Amino acid sequence: MAEFIRFDRITKFYGPLCVVENLDLGIAKGEFVSLLGPSGSGKTTLLMMLAGFEQPTSGNILLDGTAINAVPTHKRDMGVVFQSYALFPHMSVGENVAFPLQMRGLGKAEIAERVARALDMVQLSALAERRPSQLSGGQQQRVALSRALVFEPRVVLMDEPLGALDKQLREQMQLDIRDLHRRLGLTIVFVTHDQSEALTMSDRVAVFNKGKIEQIGTPRQVYDEPATRFVAEFIGETNLVEGVVEAVEGAEANVRLTSGAQIVSAVSGTVAPGQTVYLSIRPERVDLTEIRGDARNCLETEVTDSVYQGDHLRVQLQNAAHPLIAKLGRRSREFPPGTKVYAAFSAGDCRVIVP
Amino acid sequence: MPMKLTKFTFASLTILFLVAPLIAILPLAFTSSVILTYPIPSWSLRWFEELFFADAWRRAIVNSLIIGTGTTLLATVLGTAASLGLRNRLIFFRGTIRTLFLLPMVVPAVVLGVGMQVLLAGFGLTNSYAGVIIAHTVVAVPFVVVSVTGALAGIDERVELAAQSLGASPTAVFRRVTLPLAMPGVASGAVLAFATSLDEVVLTLFVAGPNQRTLARQMFSSIRENISPAIAAAAFLFIAATIIIGLVVVLSRSMLAKRR
Repeated sequence: MAEFIRFDRITKFYGPLCVVENLDLGIAKGEFVSLLGPSGSGKTTLLMMLAGFEQPTSGNILLDGTAINAVPTHKRDMGVVFQSYALFPHMSVGENVAFPLQMRGLGKAEIAERVARALDMVQLSALAERRPSQLSGGQQQRVALSRALVFEPRVVLMDEPLGALDKQLREQMQLDIRDLHRRLGLTIVFVTHDQSEALTMSDRVAVFNKGKIEQIGTPRQVYDEPATRFVAEFIGETNLVEGVVEAVEGAEANVRLTSGAQIVSAVSGTVAPGQTVYLSIRPERVDLTEIRGDARNCLETEVTDSVYQGDHLRVQLQNAAHPLIAKLGRRSREFPPGTKVYAAFSAGDCRVIVP
Repeated sequence: MPMKLTKFTFASLTILFLVAPLIAILPLAFTSSVILTYPIPSWSLRWFEELFFADAWRRAIVNSLIIGTGTTLLATVLGTAASLGLRNRLIFFRGTIRTLFLLPMVVPAVVLGVGMQVLLAGFGLTNSYAGVIIAHTVVAVPFVVVSVTGALAGIDERVELAAQSLGASPTAVFRRVTLPLAMPGVASGAVLAFATSLDEVVLTLFVAGPNQRTLARQMFSSIRENISPAIAAAAFLFIAATIIIGLVVVLSRSMLAKRR
């Protein structure tokens, strides 16, 4: 895929504080990329620089091959959706959506037609005469969305747009936005701190930490093959177990845990024998059996607690050297505390992470 | 209950204290007597006639309107521009500059008057409408700055950013978003500026010539020369105008609030 947006060695300082550090990122046309990270990780600053609200301290932002650092916001042709909606309170819903078209000097008839279509797209045609303050949060966000899309911008930027909505509405909007993305072939850069939101919606997720990208990849890659400890812990829940590499064979490594147990684990980076590493094992990939099965990795453990959580059973285990958590499907049998069990998982469900 | 009663009594007495001078002067506007004293022999509108048909008074009213309008326009434009400028976080000593804008509110009017006279004389502007308008503007601008700054502070900055991203140039953002949202503040600033000009006596004494005699100035001099009840009629006019302006402001604000 041809690259559409390119952040080229972007650095941003606020006074002495470095918020974005020497960052490179390419985004393809029609791609949905999430910038995921905790607050203060630089993801919003990067978006603000792309929108033109902030200037990078050094580095270039290229759009379709041309540097846009010097292009003012209003000529960048990007639709921005804010968490606070940022609707014009003194204009009706229809006038809000018409605004970008008026700024582009379109004729009245065309504006009316396109506003009608844009409002129809978010099912708000009936509310065109209302003021933003008369709408619910979800409706306001849909107005903001249709206002950002009505002028067919080259890129759509979203800054935690669903953060202020309640859970159910948020999940519905996630699917709606994903659907719009596919139908209209939009290029979307989406900032969020909610990992499940990023996994649900994106083609690719860039995980931010302290002004740098820790890992970028498909939702499946960042979840199943976390490159760093930060990514493994930030996205979903994981068991991190310390050990020493004994041997490396192709894409697999033999790791001896501090408890003495031997684990075979998948490796994505390069590790050398003798190196101290972490193993990341997702709790839902752990199986519990009472007799030692034929799985390649099997740890002797004891159940310390077991909590029924509706859709899954959460079991806390204590191994000789470290605690483990297992999430079992709801059809699983109960494991009362004190039960001796084996925690089993395949080599592919376990990742070596270099600290 | 006694606590409530005490509060009520205290509040009523305070209000009475504040409006007592108005209550004292207003009935005298309708007296038929030629002197400004109680008791009132009989009711009459002759002093309003005097106000509107006697040359001195009529000219004073016209002068007040001319100077008030000029001051309102000038002070509103300057005060709004200053408030917009003071929004910029990059300005050094922002707090100090804002305080400077409010200084004319606290500086004694006599001091300001002397300075103004010396300054305007240097430009040959004493005894001219322009001079009086400039002098009034100096004391009216702080009211506009306070009022517009408050309105601007209530605007979500992201709304303006959103407008930019939607293709609005800085001028378009100002015209279509910032100014409409700040309008209630600009309007009440303008009303306050007009009221300030209407009421101003001290500066007017220093800089105005006989041709720029305003209503307030005319009242001031006529109360020394002859205590005619025309003053009470003028006062009545003042109060009525103030109440009407106040009502207009309150109504337009509540209408704006409903529209939002």
